[in-house]
Amino acid sequence: MVTPLGVGKEKVFPLLLKGSSGIGPISCFDTTEYSVKIAGECKDFDAKDFINPREISRMDRFCHMALASAVQAFEDSSLDKHPPQSERFGIIIGTGIGGIKSFSDEIANLLEKGPSRVSPFFIPRMIGNMASAQSAILLKAKGYTSDPCSACASGTNAIGEAFRRIQMGYEDVFIAGGAEACIVPIALAGFSVMKALSKRNDEPQKASRPFDAERDGFVMAEGAGVVVLEEWDHAIRRSAPIIAEMVGYGASCDAYHITLPDPSAEGAFSCMKNAIEDAGIAPQEVDYINAHGTSTKANDATESAAIKKYFGEHASQISIHSTKSMMGHLLGAAGGVEAAIMALTLQSAKIHPTINLCNPDPECDLNYTPHLMIERQVNYGLSNSFGFGGHNYSILMKRAT
Amino acid sequence: MNEKDIFEKVKPVIADKLGIGEDEIKMESHFINDLGADSLGLVDITMALEEEYGLEIPDEEASKLLSVSAMVEYIKANVK
Repeated sequence: MVTPLGVGKEKVFPLLLKGSSGIGPISCFDTTEYSVKIAGECKDFDAKDFINPREISRMDRFCHMALASAVQAFEDSSLDKHPPQSERFGIIIGTGIGGIKSFSDEIANLLEKGPSRVSPFFIPRMIGNMASAQSAILLKAKGYTSDPCSACASGTNAIGEAFRRIQMGYEDVFIAGGAEACIVPIALAGFSVMKALSKRNDEPQKASRPFDAERDGFVMAEGAGVVVLEEWDHAIRRSAPIIAEMVGYGASCDAYHITLPDPSAEGAFSCMKNAIEDAGIAPQEVDYINAHGTSTKANDATESAAIKKYFGEHASQISIHSTKSMMGHLLGAAGGVEAAIMALTLQSAKIHPTINLCNPDPECDLNYTPHLMIERQVNYGLSNSFGFGGHNYSILMKRAT
Repeated sequence: MNEKDIFEKVKPVIADKLGIGEDEIKMESHFINDLGADSLGLVDITMALEEEYGLEIPDEEASKLLSVSAMVEYIKANVK
């Protein structure tokens, strides 16, 4: 993973447990004229650590981060020592907005210098499928490769679809997740005018405060996160290091509004229900949720309502947290990073906190693991992602035993 | 401008566009066979040199400029 807290799970997971924030003033461009001046930038990331210099300028930053994550995951799961059969190895890396920096730069080029000055790499840098395509080229994945584009739910969508493909027997191994490099003037302006972003510019590390009464929007962040999904027997045969077992996937659409969640919470409700029924377990067996938890008024209230509606009395027994309280919202990459965090939580029995939850919103009255991490062995974890357009996805993982 | 001056000036541009060291670039190097360029990389180099020299190289001409020496010759003949 590549996140505002650092690069690689060994770096990131302990910082999450400590409650560290990766949010700060935007440094990559001048924000004087912008109402929002903060974001989660991946300042520690250097594409040269992972990618051949000659390839770097041919890719957008979202691809750099996707490739770096794919390489880490490939090596962490020792696939470098036991390469999968190419034809049965696939890649699904989603993105919300793809190469928006390249898009924006080349439009400026077009307007300033004319059509013949647009870079020949503009299209291959911009198109969202390149994170999957470039990873496939690098890692020789010749099975199914694709790029789900379901806004802030793209990463979870990607992992769910990879899980299905393996269940159906098409592939043995997938690298799946999401990538996003959105800290670009046009994206900041776009999300700002929607009033979606926190304006707590003076206290960047306190700006992302999921479920808190004082929350005022999400904090935009960049990064990438992928997991390796592997057919169980295939993994056992090669003695792969198994972190968690993926057991369920659910999807639904609100079919309600372009950006607002359906306040009845039906979409989020049926999405979680579908994932849990897919796994064939009882709702009471779920003891941990990595929430979508964006820090927007609408999401956090609706998500909490959906959890209460679906789990009933059991909802208060579930340890819930929001990774976004520390990293901000990685948009299309969020689900990829959060799936990896969920797997590590199941493995370590350490649940990172939700920071900045000082004064809980009365509508958000569940156990969100405020302030400090807890040690609790949890058996089933659910990770939610909800995107603009009403796209809802939940994935369910089980502690590996 | 003589060929050597042009060569020295185009070298860093080619190196930058292809992500290679300047020392790998020789006057006789073929962009694709020796320097590992692909068709898009070739367009990228051509555009950068057009910019550098204020040239507009027609597509049919550009498609013939497959080696460093051909590129240098072209620049020498067309830059006033």
